Amino acid sequence: MTPLLQVREVAKFYGARVGCRDVSFDLYPGEVMGIVGESGSGKSTLLGCLAGHLAPDAGEVIFDTAVDGPRDTLRMSEPERRMLGRTDWAFVHQHARDGLRMGVSAGGNVGERLMAVGARHYGDIRSAAVDWLGRVEIAEDRVDDRPTAFSGGMQQRLQIARNLVTGPRLVFMDEPTGGLDVSVQARLLDLLRGLVREMGLSAIIVTHDLAVVRLLADRLMVMKDGHVVETGLTDQVLDDPQHGYTQLLVSSVLQV
Amino acid sequence: MNEYNFAYLDEQTKRMIRRAILKGLAIPGYQVPFASREMPMPYGWGTGGVQVSAATLVPEDRMKVIDQGADDTTNAVSIRKFFERTAGVETTEETGRATLIQTRHRIPEETLTEDQILVYQVPIPEPLRFLEPRETETRKMHSLEEYGLMHVKLYEDISQHGAIATSYAYPVKVEERYVMDPSPIPKFDNPKMEMAAIQLFGAGREQRIYALPPWCEVVSLDFEDHPFEPSKAEHECDLCGAEDSYLDEVIVDDAGGRMFVCSDTDYCRGRRAAGHVGAQGVPYEEGAA
Repeated sequence: MTPLLQVREVAKFYGARVGCRDVSFDLYPGEVMGIVGESGSGKSTLLGCLAGHLAPDAGEVIFDTAVDGPRDTLRMSEPERRMLGRTDWAFVHQHARDGLRMGVSAGGNVGERLMAVGARHYGDIRSAAVDWLGRVEIAEDRVDDRPTAFSGGMQQRLQIARNLVTGPRLVFMDEPTGGLDVSVQARLLDLLRGLVREMGLSAIIVTHDLAVVRLLADRLMVMKDGHVVETGLTDQVLDDPQHGYTQLLVSSVLQV
Repeated sequence: MNEYNFAYLDEQTKRMIRRAILKGLAIPGYQVPFASREMPMPYGWGTGGVQVSAATLVPEDRMKVIDQGADDTTNAVSIRKFFERTAGVETTEETGRATLIQTRHRIPEETLTEDQILVYQVPIPEPLRFLEPRETETRKMHSLEEYGLMHVKLYEDISQHGAIATSYAYPVKVEERYVMDPSPIPKFDNPKMEMAAIQLFGAGREQRIYALPPWCEVVSLDFEDHPFEPSKAEHECDLCGAEDSYLDEVIVDDAGGRMFVCSDTDYCRGRRAAGHVGAQGVPYEEGAA
């Protein structure tokens, strides 16, 4: 089987400082990969490099495109990369405000990606928007409300609906549950797990919350100081951590 | 009269503006940046249009200036006087006799010909401005032809009002490439933009010039199930009886009395001179207001 995403020796430097370096891994279709690590360990930098938001200084990010097969996204032209960004890829930001248009109704937010790939039938766009709001448990009568009228959890669910409406194959998530209280987190995670399984999505989830990766991720990558210190199956890494930092991380979680 | 160079601007400035105009004509709908000058009038009064007119005028030109279709409003009168003084060109109120027409918010009703140039005053040239505030991003969206966002605006209109409520500055796509703001003309005028005359757009404060060569394809954006409709008041002109012209609604007393009149004053005057009389009109007399 061809990996959906092959990452080879990706490195990003901020001047003399290391953002991340020597990161390599394969992601297979339908697989969910978690990236954990403390603040400043290069998780978000890495995610930005993979999703094309940042330009890495070295390495290759090879994506198995639907049309042309595996291609290095870093050497694609910008129009091609941005096209990927609104069709095969999705990016869920930590803060829903970064990923939503706050001045546009919920329906418009969900419909934007459809219109960006050429949908020009209002009725179809609207029914797709209503359908997706339903899937993320937002009532149909909120379709014309702006996200500013939504709670934090609803905004985050709206952001997910907006990203998944074009049926992407790879979803990047940057701390999708950050800033939400635990009961809302639990529902969001439940929803995400359902959507990922149902749509057969591949996902890369950056988080510092080990509970999130325990629930969602098949595989885990632990980062510290810009490089990967441990990888493996999620349960294996969390239950039997080998690297000193991973042991510290696992033992730092409060047991309730 | 010789204190000013012909048409106020110096020759180097006019060359610079002409270069921008030529580039705009070569890439229809593309916003060409230019070094907009301070003009002796405030921004928002047509500084962009005036600079484009100044760079386009030749001494043989006959100039007409309209504001909302009218020749006799403050903006139109001041700009006409400005060019009478600084360029000494002949001016006219008759659309058919003019060789260069500077306009704000309207296209004349009378069909323009290939011997004419229409100059628009543009307040905000960027059609995506209120959807995407970052200039760097809107430029990228134009260059990569990412215009999905423009439809988000129309989607919002329909979801809130049941129909596309945008009635002026209605976005158009030019030659299947650039999305362009036609300046705040009513959408009634949009279909007229495929015309024989050259159309030039000047935005002074925003420092942009764009242009449409003759018979350029100009398509108003819409949805398949909510097609574009040029709209006007459901009425006929009360002075000249015209059914096909764009109308202004004028409140005439404090008791709710109103009348609809052609916004294009020259068109209305021409029709009345030819003997047409509307519901509230009186027969035309030469020299009467």
